[in-house]
Amino acid sequence: MSKHRLVVVGGSLAGLRAAETARKLGFAGQVTMISAEPGLPYDRPPLSKAYLTAGGVDVTFRDRDALRGLEIDLRAGVRATSLDVAARTVFTDHGAFPYDGLVIATGVSARRPPIPGDLEGVHTLRTEADARAIRTAFDAGARVLVVGAGFIGSEVASSARARGLEVTIVEHLGTPLVRSVGSDIGAALSSLHTGHGTGLRLGTKVVSLEGKGKVERARLSDGTVLDVDLVVLGVGASPNTRWLTSSGLKLDDGVVCDEYLRVAPGIYAAGDVARWPNGLFGGAPMRLEHWTNATEQATAAVRHWLRPETVQPHEPVPYFWSDWYDSRIQFAGSPAGDQVRMVSGSPEEGRFAALYRRGDRVIGALTLNRPSLIMKLRMLVARRTNWADAVRFATGR
Amino acid sequence: MRLEVDYTRCTGLGVCEAIAPDVFTIADDGTMRIVESCPADRLRSMLEEAVSGCPTEAISIVE
Repeated sequence: MSKHRLVVVGGSLAGLRAAETARKLGFAGQVTMISAEPGLPYDRPPLSKAYLTAGGVDVTFRDRDALRGLEIDLRAGVRATSLDVAARTVFTDHGAFPYDGLVIATGVSARRPPIPGDLEGVHTLRTEADARAIRTAFDAGARVLVVGAGFIGSEVASSARARGLEVTIVEHLGTPLVRSVGSDIGAALSSLHTGHGTGLRLGTKVVSLEGKGKVERARLSDGTVLDVDLVVLGVGASPNTRWLTSSGLKLDDGVVCDEYLRVAPGIYAAGDVARWPNGLFGGAPMRLEHWTNATEQATAAVRHWLRPETVQPHEPVPYFWSDWYDSRIQFAGSPAGDQVRMVSGSPEEGRFAALYRRGDRVIGALTLNRPSLIMKLRMLVARRTNWADAVRFATGR
Repeated sequence: MRLEVDYTRCTGLGVCEAIAPDVFTIADDGTMRIVESCPADRLRSMLEEAVSGCPTEAISIVE
């Protein structure tokens, strides 16, 4: 089957990497990137960090000349509306794009919980436009309410404190980060907030927001009322798959792929939107919202399309990092285990390492301020190391 | 093949160490050190992976 046209739907990290990988592998056909957001592809991690605390941060990945040099045709401000698999065509609000190979990299959108009160000054944080609005509010000295003690919310709170602002995090669970790092570690990390002057209300919801036109007060489920000027919602994200609803492709909290990131013949998915079976963890389907996942999957997916004789099951060790205040949290593997064990350091010391066990294997590792150790622990996970051996290696290291 | 690091971009995230631990190493103060700045050519594809894997695009391969 001919391979003249690669269409990549998604203009962020996974989309860009898919397009660049095609050129790196010598693909000489048409490469088109369809991006719903206007503007050039840009990097998201700085949006909750340096973008909010420093001035003039440029998050653009590539300028127009660079894309032109690679003959990558970026159609920005173009939104995919449907996919006709039989006709091998992506339909958008700016016309139809036939393809031979398709990479779905449409990512996720931040969730907006239904808090009563339709007021200005309430933002999610996903796009550069969101970050700009939040930074403007920071510049004006806003009193900040963060809804959700996840990684985005925590980084926004950290950035607010770096700017000398008052900030409170409201989290509906009794312990934050339960799904990402487990409740023991989640509780240990909470002390980073309280230790830096961030208010933390666990087991609490925002009942309503009040104000005239813009937000002025937040009413919480514990009865308190906070005076606020800015509310940032960090309550998770949903995959952008609505445009695929009538495509016939399997959707289940993301686009469902096989172990080669293939959705259907000639169709692949990569990045935050892709759900795929990771053989490293017994093949249970997972969907990751990690920076490294977007790059790795996009690269692998395009390589699988162009060089099908070289396909390998995609079995990376997931990795993410998060920077809070003056600390760095790093995680490798999966937290979905039977046990967590702190093997080095302690929360009181401000640096520690913890391992996660499933059955008799180490499946995950988390470090706080141990940048020299995390990748050695990641290697243990990659090698499916026996739990006792992993604990022996890591204890006291 | 020579490696160059932009230390204004590098924050010691360690993806490079994960991909090529014999070439890159992160110290506990978070700085990255190149163990071998002129690596053998047979390491090229692994190093290209490290270049594209770096979240701050701090590494480049210079001929």
